[in-house]
Amino acid sequence: MTAENIIEVENLTKIYGQFYANDHLNFSVKKGEIFGFLGANGAGKTTAIRILCGLSKPSGGKITVAGFNVYNQTEQIKRNIGYMSQKFSLYDDLTVKENIEFYGGIYGLNNKTLRQKTSDLLQKLDLTDKQNFLIKDIPLGWKQRLAFSIAIIHDPQIVFLDEPTGGVDPITRRHFWDLIYEAAFSGITIFVTTHYMDEAEYCDRVSIMVDGKIIALDSPDNLKNTYQVDTMNEVFLKLARQKIN
Amino acid sequence: MNNRSIEIVELNKRYGTIQAIKNINLTIQTGELFGLVGPDGAGKTTLIRILTTLLLADSGKASVNKLDVVKNYKQLREQIGYMPGRFSLYMDLSVEENLAFFATIFGTSIQENYDLIKPIYSQIEAFKTRKAGALSGGMKQKLALSCALIHRPKVLFLDEPTTGVDAVSRVEFWEMLKELKNTGITILVSTPYMDEAELCDRVALMQNGEILSIESPDELKNNFPHDLWYIKAENQYKLLQILRTWEKTYSAHGFGQSIHFVSQDSQMKEDEIRQFLESKTCKIQRIMRIGASIEDCFMELMNQPKKA
Repeated sequence: MTAENIIEVENLTKIYGQFYANDHLNFSVKKGEIFGFLGANGAGKTTAIRILCGLSKPSGGKITVAGFNVYNQTEQIKRNIGYMSQKFSLYDDLTVKENIEFYGGIYGLNNKTLRQKTSDLLQKLDLTDKQNFLIKDIPLGWKQRLAFSIAIIHDPQIVFLDEPTGGVDPITRRHFWDLIYEAAFSGITIFVTTHYMDEAEYCDRVSIMVDGKIIALDSPDNLKNTYQVDTMNEVFLKLARQKIN
Repeated sequence: MNNRSIEIVELNKRYGTIQAIKNINLTIQTGELFGLVGPDGAGKTTLIRILTTLLLADSGKASVNKLDVVKNYKQLREQIGYMPGRFSLYMDLSVEENLAFFATIFGTSIQENYDLIKPIYSQIEAFKTRKAGALSGGMKQKLALSCALIHRPKVLFLDEPTTGVDAVSRVEFWEMLKELKNTGITILVSTPYMDEAELCDRVALMQNGEILSIESPDELKNNFPHDLWYIKAENQYKLLQILRTWEKTYSAHGFGQSIHFVSQDSQMKEDEIRQFLESKTCKIQRIMRIGASIEDCFMELMNQPKKA
């Protein structure tokens, strides 16, 4: 790992039978960067994320995450990353506070740290008076913010967000992005996949995957300039269509 | 007007303590491509389920093609097509078997109405022996739409057909809807994606069971009541923090790497914004006046006090 790259990927390849789900991916992600990982359904995003999180082994390539390799240091990787998916993974039948304590416990925070973190987090999310509400009884927007905060409760170096913001109103979505910006500002690297191309505009850099390959990687502004269009949506359509047709 | 396709008068529905839809009034014309746009919990699905006779309202009236959704529900069901949120396909049946099944239920056949579904179905026909469960999301969506159309309905209800579908499939789906509209069918489609509102003839923006506005996309954007500024700085996070603490700020929302800003002062000039930001050591890259997007309008309407 160079001083500034927190994720380094050289020739990441994953083959299922004859099928190249990931075909020689090359990219790196800088510390504190908001990195967008985009692609159509079936492009190979989930395969790559699972490898980066230490949940699946690649068929080939040199890949390090937070300085650890994805072949035999997966436990160290898991301790240094956070993960949040669209389906969250909060427990519906536990309260807000119980969920925080549960995940803090899993990540091995000691009691004193956990108490402090729980109280800080409740305050920051404005949930102190709702700490005893069951998760199933709170609105989607709160759940998203809580799920994100829990995903970084152990101060990971990187947090992976898999389609995090579907289905909420535009103001709630922005509240969520405020949290993401704040985390990035504090040095946590954000690795995010999304279907909302307007959301890709929030990233520092984005990669676009088609058919298992990365076919573009740059800042949203540079991509828009390169393809002479006004929005990331148009960039994505241009690239994804040109490959499919 | 005598070509009203859908009429809704003071419709209410409550689940326990949650008022799912509140006093909804809405008229949709025959042949219109009409959008219900709003986040989860806005009441879109409840409204569609009442109109498709699958759910009873607590009070109010609704009719589709002059047929009351309660009294005439049997006749009404023959005239409408409905594609629910999670494509109600039979995953163990093949593509062709699914389509044949829906055709049989409505007493018709694939052959009889093939012309209507051809532009859509032909895209997946090569896979007609494949089980529906083995199709990609985009292909399932095309099959579900074919199934909803196979009995040649007069009104088509689509509940979040593009949710969770990637950007390419979304564009293709809307192109199919445009083509369908040319056949004269009335289409009511719901979506949480604000940008899809642009593709409708008219849209109702919905939030917490209420309709915030009913307009064409252009009217909606032109009726945005403020001067809207686009501001881009070297550090977007810092810019947003600064604007939020300015007493002259009415609203400041992040839009990607830029901010959309509205001042309390309707006479605000670019120089004043620039001077303020520079005094806070913010490195500005660009400031310009822009027109509002649907998302700007939605956020503005969310913040407005309710009309009586």
